Amino acid sequence: MMTLFGIPTAALFGQLLLGLINGAFYAMLSLGLALIFGLLNIINFSHGAQYMMGAFVAWLGLTYLGANYWVALALAPVIVAAFGIVLERTMLSRLYKLDHLYGLLLTFGLALIIEGFFRQLYGISGMPYAVPKELAGGWNLGFMYLPIYRAWVVFASLVLCIGTWLLIEKTKLGAYLRAATENPALVQAFGINVPVMITLTYGFGVALAAFAGVLAAPIYSVNPLMGSNLIIVVFAVVVIGGMGSIMGSIVTGFMLGILEGLTKVVYPEAAGTVIFMVMVIVLLIKPAGLFGKGA
Amino acid sequence: MTSQSVTTPAAAASSGPSRQTIFVGLLLVLALAAPFAVYPVFLMKGLCFALFAAAFNLMLGYVGLLSFGHAMFFGWSAYITAHAAKEWGLTPEIAILLGTFCAAGLGAVVGWLAIRRQGIYFAMITLALAQLMYFVALQAPFTHGEDGIQGVPRGHLFGLIDLSDTMNMYYFVLAVFVLAVLFLYRVVHSPFGQVLKAIRDNEPRAISLGYQVHRYKLIAFIISAGLSGMAGSVKSLVFQLASLADVHWHASGEVVLMTLLGGVGTIFGPAAGAYLVVTIQNYFASAGSWVTIIQGFIFVVCVLAFRAGIVGVFAPFLKKRGIEA
Amino acid sequence: MLKKALIGAVALTALTAAQAQAQYSENKIKIGVLTDLSGTYSDLAGKGAILAAQMAVEDFGGKVNGVPVEIVSADHQNKADIASSIARKWYDAEGVDAIAELVTTAAAVAVREVSKEKGKIDLVSGAASTPLTNDKCSPTGFHWTYDTYALANGTANAVVKTGGKSWYFLTADYAFGHNLQAQTERVVKANGGEVKGAVKHPFPNSDFSSFLLQAQSSGAQIIGLANAGADTINAIKQAKEFGITQGGQSLAGLLVFITDVHSLGLETAQGMMLTTGYYWNRDDETRAWSKRWSAKMDGKMPSMVHAGTYSSVMHYLKALAAAKTDDGIKVADQMRALPIKDASGFAVNGKIRADGRMVHDMYLAQVKKPSESKGPWDYYNIVRTIPGDDAYQPLAESTCALVKK
Repeated sequence: MMTLFGIPTAALFGQLLLGLINGAFYAMLSLGLALIFGLLNIINFSHGAQYMMGAFVAWLGLTYLGANYWVALALAPVIVAAFGIVLERTMLSRLYKLDHLYGLLLTFGLALIIEGFFRQLYGISGMPYAVPKELAGGWNLGFMYLPIYRAWVVFASLVLCIGTWLLIEKTKLGAYLRAATENPALVQAFGINVPVMITLTYGFGVALAAFAGVLAAPIYSVNPLMGSNLIIVVFAVVVIGGMGSIMGSIVTGFMLGILEGLTKVVYPEAAGTVIFMVMVIVLLIKPAGLFGKGA
Repeated sequence: MTSQSVTTPAAAASSGPSRQTIFVGLLLVLALAAPFAVYPVFLMKGLCFALFAAAFNLMLGYVGLLSFGHAMFFGWSAYITAHAAKEWGLTPEIAILLGTFCAAGLGAVVGWLAIRRQGIYFAMITLALAQLMYFVALQAPFTHGEDGIQGVPRGHLFGLIDLSDTMNMYYFVLAVFVLAVLFLYRVVHSPFGQVLKAIRDNEPRAISLGYQVHRYKLIAFIISAGLSGMAGSVKSLVFQLASLADVHWHASGEVVLMTLLGGVGTIFGPAAGAYLVVTIQNYFASAGSWVTIIQGFIFVVCVLAFRAGIVGVFAPFLKKRGIEA
Repeated sequence: MLKKALIGAVALTALTAAQAQAQYSENKIKIGVLTDLSGTYSDLAGKGAILAAQMAVEDFGGKVNGVPVEIVSADHQNKADIASSIARKWYDAEGVDAIAELVTTAAAVAVREVSKEKGKIDLVSGAASTPLTNDKCSPTGFHWTYDTYALANGTANAVVKTGGKSWYFLTADYAFGHNLQAQTERVVKANGGEVKGAVKHPFPNSDFSSFLLQAQSSGAQIIGLANAGADTINAIKQAKEFGITQGGQSLAGLLVFITDVHSLGLETAQGMMLTTGYYWNRDDETRAWSKRWSAKMDGKMPSMVHAGTYSSVMHYLKALAAAKTDDGIKVADQMRALPIKDASGFAVNGKIRADGRMVHDMYLAQVKKPSESKGPWDYYNIVRTIPGDDAYQPLAESTCALVKK
């Protein structure tokens, strides 16, 4: 068996690949958070709950309506985004004039309600969701057996992340968005409806979370607490990447996933901790985060 | 983060300190008599969380910084006190002081890392650091992972008073609580506290007046961490148990809820909020995840419509009568 | 009106109690069912355990020597601190006489500490770890359904004897997982097998891929799953996804409940060896009881924890009646003295030892192929009955202070 730094290469590559898959989820979720934070200045604590809702909508659709995976992948983000937009219009929008911390507290409360509600209805053991037939099976890569579905997750996530980045950096709509982030009053003065833009941005961020949730459903069982376990890690990713930075959140998401995978080879017990360690170090050296612009 | 201001000591004095004394005296009598009517362990749990919330409120209400990681001080000092009392056989007062000082030390490190940031950044950093400390608690052998440190002896206070007697324990906890709250009251009404409020209301002005803002914030953070730790230490003796639940970020969220519900920036608000939340947990314990849903609902209502909290609503009414809530 | 009825009721119960010359505090028997109502273990214990306890009370007639019996219940969320504070409240303020079920070792041990201090009875059914009848044993504490020692003796023995000599463990990182791994290692080594390594995973955990990959690269023949409930289910599913079983390695679920097999489906679970304290479809008696339970649980079938809860509560009620008091020590003495027999068909050849262990026959089962299964929940072939004395830790090895050496 070949070894690299005393570690069998097969195990190393395997873990790195798995890290990349986890990183795909970190990237999608932190991207949504970054978008929302950039425009609304709100840390969306219910992001994890909305990710979970995406998975549940897929499961409910399959169980009660027979809607398959592809339908769920297309519709669940829309449904959950609509729900998010209702929350934004009825509750979040009342808080924009107040300290931004209230937004954090409100979404925290919403996360508790949503998760509690699903726990009450469906327990915590998790619902199975089968891998779609088209993506079943796997490839033997020599160093590991890669389930096709997991490769698909990385692919879908990359497409989505790059697409979002292009949308914001290269289109007119993206330009408005960036301008509104810098100076909403001025953009409003140019005749652009900023409140609608804010609402749609929130909806889009939530849709990203729900999309990630559908992708996650076949890998992790559909579980009311699947989001709350993940959200804190994603927060750390956002802090490391630099809050509000689109590219930062994508790159950091994938990077930290890989780092976590690496840690699992060297010192598995620390895998859950390593991201937070990186966060402390980054904060000490570059307080604004790796890709952040100033404090 | 709250617009209401607290009366200065001078103002309170001019409108009659006697009423304030009567009000506090009444509360004390109530607290002294309570264990004869209500289950004492429940009261003690409430007191521990009330102290935790009051300590947390020093940061949120008087410095204007929301820490989302205060569970690390609460939970870690519980571990240290439990370990000291169980494995080293220390007397309860020494074990509690040890826990308190360790929490303050941890507060110094965390504060040093986090204090330069504000608002959401501060909340996120404290949250992530708390999560780091959670993982350490999960991995460190002496915390016994998911089992926690169980069967912690309450011991004899000063080697004399047997705390395994529930009533003795209650009055001990009450004494700790009253002393700690008096201390917080002194801090808030000292010149130091005035500077904190000045920083909260207008930080650039405080800087331009020549105050070393970061140092003030850091000291406040250390006091808040230390007293949160004291609450955790006492709780570990009351329940004879230190466990992961107290270090988990849900505990950090709960203390925010208590403070928000009771009234940010008031002396008695956090305690009222703590008792209400503990009562809800107690009442709905058998109802599964309804506790979570109700807590979430209270959060939403408080943030949207009730930002002054319970005590905050009554504060103007009481203030007219010379009582600072 | 209400007051009058109340006074009447009190007078009546007082009268009947006096007639029986029995002394029960507050003229009421209260049994608390403390379980996981919302978490990972809520399917294998949870609501079904509360129902089982209620069935025991109903089958007993609802009264002990004329004194009414009431079941209260609460959710400990698998947390030691919540379990401990509920137990304390129940004993101190609500007149609870005994606590039953107690899944999750951390919660069970926490309640054990409180029960021991207060001299009250605990009837552990769901938790598995052996310390409950070793260092943590109590004169009023009982461990009813199964334990890690018996599981290892059953499953690991069978697996090693069929050629699975080298092992790698996936262990839930808390007391139960460590205990189960240690007990299994003991059996593996005693049978000439070897342990190639182990990895601890967080509890609860959803993604096992990287742990499975480590197990795979260890080259061990058997991957032992020292975990339970949803963790076991996820690990087995993901092992299939990553082609581990196709690669020639086998999984050994060291604690598998029938509810887990149901979630996995026979297609995935077939052929798996497991040790259980109860199987609903074993004989006419177990079938009759299980069908009664099932009728109130949407057609599900009881796990060993459900049947064990029924059996332990029933035996406690009998001991209460015989002792004519609810004094913990005296009832515990009666529990040790009385024969164990109840309608669930649990506790075959059951007896309670000085360390609080209820020793009874265990069963080595193999999960049926889909083609063999005759209907819903018909999942096991019982391969072998393991007599209680062979299954459980010998009393001489117990470190319990109550065992006279």
